[in-house]
Amino acid sequence: MIQQIYAVTAMNLRSIPSRLGTSAVIVIGIAGVVGVMVALLAMGAGFQATLASTGEDDRAIVMRSGSLDELSSVVIREHAAILAEAPGVASNSAGEPLAIGELFMLTNVAKHDAVEPNNVVVRGTTPQVLNLRHEARLVEGRMFQPGVREVVVGIGAQRQFSGLQIGDLVEVREGAWPIVGVFETGGDVHESEIWVDREALVTASRRSAWNSVTVQLEDAASFTTFKDAITSDPRLKLQVQREPDYYASRSEAMGQMITGLGYTVAVIMGIGALFGALNTMYAAVATRTVEIATLRALGFGSVPVVISVLLEALVLALLGALIGGALAYLFFNGYSVSTLNFQTFSQVAFAFRVSGALLVQGMIVACLIGLVGGLFPAVRAARMPVADALRAS
Amino acid sequence: MNKERFGEIDVAETLVRLEGVAKSYRRGNQDIAVLDALNLNIERGDFLALMGPSGSGKSTLLNLVGGLDKPTRGSITVGDARLDQMSGGQLARWRAHHVGFVFQFYNLLGVLSAEKNVEVPLLLTKLSKAQRRKHVATALDVVGLADRARHKPSELSGGQAQRVAIARALVGDPDLLVCDEPTGDLDRSTADEILNLLQVLNRDHGKTIVMVTHDPKAAEAARQTLHLDKGKLVEAQGVAA
Repeated sequence: MIQQIYAVTAMNLRSIPSRLGTSAVIVIGIAGVVGVMVALLAMGAGFQATLASTGEDDRAIVMRSGSLDELSSVVIREHAAILAEAPGVASNSAGEPLAIGELFMLTNVAKHDAVEPNNVVVRGTTPQVLNLRHEARLVEGRMFQPGVREVVVGIGAQRQFSGLQIGDLVEVREGAWPIVGVFETGGDVHESEIWVDREALVTASRRSAWNSVTVQLEDAASFTTFKDAITSDPRLKLQVQREPDYYASRSEAMGQMITGLGYTVAVIMGIGALFGALNTMYAAVATRTVEIATLRALGFGSVPVVISVLLEALVLALLGALIGGALAYLFFNGYSVSTLNFQTFSQVAFAFRVSGALLVQGMIVACLIGLVGGLFPAVRAARMPVADALRAS
Repeated sequence: MNKERFGEIDVAETLVRLEGVAKSYRRGNQDIAVLDALNLNIERGDFLALMGPSGSGKSTLLNLVGGLDKPTRGSITVGDARLDQMSGGQLARWRAHHVGFVFQFYNLLGVLSAEKNVEVPLLLTKLSKAQRRKHVATALDVVGLADRARHKPSELSGGQAQRVAIARALVGDPDLLVCDEPTGDLDRSTADEILNLLQVLNRDHGKTIVMVTHDPKAAEAARQTLHLDKGKLVEAQGVAA
């Protein structure tokens, strides 16, 4: 049986050069499906990876109880001081608790080659943020000075928006503030932000309370101790989340939407490609009616004929998947964009991530299209009465 | 009329036996009868030509004898095998081992060389690659085309292509060769060469041959000629080979 399948399949594949045009319909159609699907899913994966990679297990973010995000949260300074003294909070070498109350606001910045304003996060923090968020480091310029209206910009924001070079002025509050430095945070969501001194921002925005407090825990296991202490303190109405949990929750809906869009487009294109594959394989079977009938007359069974047609469709589909996957990888892997995260109303810069898993998904989709597209023509080829098919010559 | 052919059985010599064979096709609500209550015995080692006008049923009869189709009624026995009782898969396996086909348009596989075309039926056997190669060389030698083994069908003349097809039919050493208009696509002299080859296979190699033809000269190459008309055998004519 295997020898029969091999023989018939080899003959089918060797005759492809004489049917290049129709065979290309499958290859190009499936390359398109796989390329677009992988690219869209890579966008979703990149977005989710950016937010999911934000934060550390041994850090916690504290917001007002019931707040979904920093924008809608308020933590008054007295409460921030209480929670900084809570058990489980780590201290620096000077014995000061590693906890920073931060302001979270939005400002308008245009993207490159555009004039429409986009919401970019302005985080009011302190120079100590580099100790708290140890993944953050300055890559250009210097840190803002305490009490001074100066800005350091995330490298992701700098890539996506115009006017964010060192020396440029960016509108924050009460006028434009000069940019003095550029920081990176390993590709996480903070790279889409601009950071300023919190006391300068308090003055400019006429606000006194923080939006959130981020604390460094002694270790990841201290989270429960810290959380219990905060949530059981009758003076505080605050909620505590591990940083990664918080940022992952902020990407969930948006990530699902992008992924859903990817699959929807893939399904629509896939249906088109499926009909293309059906048409091609019907044509392939029709042009080889006599060959197939001859083989069956010589004693080849129906099963090898069916399998050989399916294998041909699979080979063409996989070739399409390889081309589509390679194009998606070449053109989109690492490609940086920014989009509005409607859960935080702010722009998030992220890079497309074409992973091996996505390429495998593309292959599987291609195989399914190839199998379904090849099945009906294969069955038709196998069920055609031999005597009738021989007369097709 | 040949007694042995029409019903009276000679068991020892009979290779193909048809008893009460009918074949009809359904077209819409109508049954179209192609063969009707046909009885026929073909002796082992015979070379039988089937003639008749278009639509007389000769190709249908050839397909039934070759196991490509099944009768609507009646029995068909070839050697020990009851073809009318076999499933499609069983018929395919039987064809692979017991019958060789020669078609009017050769039906060679265009992407394969002559030797690979001849090897195709052997892929259904358990022969090793070396054994297959040896059988292929022998078959091509018998048809006089050993020097064209590596050529593709498109590089062969019509007569050479038909010789390759005959080598493919022979290579598995079947009892029966079924030839459907084997000279129908060839000029006279090439057709004569092919008919001579079939006579050699019949006379020297003992192959039983059933051949459908429109060409009276081709029929003259056979030992016996039967005529069909409207699904019935109407005449038999003995021709010495």
